[in-house]
Amino acid sequence: MAELSKARTTRNIGGKDTRPGANMRLLDALQYPLPLAAKLSILHRASGMLMFFLLPFIVWMFDASVTSEVSFDGFTSAFVAGIGFVPGFVIKLVALALIWAYLHHAVAGVRHLWMDATHSVSKQQGHSSAMATFVISIALTVALGAKLFGLF
Amino acid sequence: MAVNYGSKRVVVGAHYGFRDWLSQRVTAVLMALFTLVLLAQVILGGPAGYDSWAAIFSRQWMKVATFVVILALAWHAWVGMRDVWMDYIKPVGLRLVAQVATIAWLVGCAGWAVQVLWRL
Repeated sequence: MAELSKARTTRNIGGKDTRPGANMRLLDALQYPLPLAAKLSILHRASGMLMFFLLPFIVWMFDASVTSEVSFDGFTSAFVAGIGFVPGFVIKLVALALIWAYLHHAVAGVRHLWMDATHSVSKQQGHSSAMATFVISIALTVALGAKLFGLF
Repeated sequence: MAVNYGSKRVVVGAHYGFRDWLSQRVTAVLMALFTLVLLAQVILGGPAGYDSWAAIFSRQWMKVATFVVILALAWHAWVGMRDVWMDYIKPVGLRLVAQVATIAWLVGCAGWAVQVLWRL
């Protein structure tokens, strides 16, 4: 963030920037209709944070699935019989949330690399690449979710 | 150019940001490539079950690759979460607590995952 100069201007009153639009907070920003690219971007951050907080669960899934046949059975039964008082259905929902989070984060990340490489940063390109990201990630989420819930 | 030496040197925060910007992209590419390699082994590994899954991680080269990706993930997630805390938590003491907790969280998860790998 740029620092205010120490000059006594009419817009720097008591150390606070008083220009219109300055000191905008997250709540203020949400009052505007966000472009598709902006929604994609905040979901990119949210999906990253979701995976961060569920990381121990992810490592547990790796541990249980790979250590032995016995632990593997415990891993698969978590999705059927649940863990402790948490039913299997809820575990599957958490897994679906992780599937969405990973797919959204990865595809939106590839979009970042694409923007870096091709400099496609105009408003129209931002919109179309955001649309493509949503379509791809949600389609894959639905497909993997259907497999997870035994729909095929 | 702002004064940024001696007593005015900024020792916290993102500095010029270039190293972190690049490290997030490099770690991301590594993880994406690893995902493709893992996906290929799962698809070509025969019927799904414990045997085919555990066989993937019993290969020494795969253990090394997974180890690299675990470290890449920890670094990638650290930069991301540090940015989040910098954006939303202004009080320095509170942000320091969040950053320390983040590092402990990531180091713990990475250590656990590495232990799983080399127990096989």
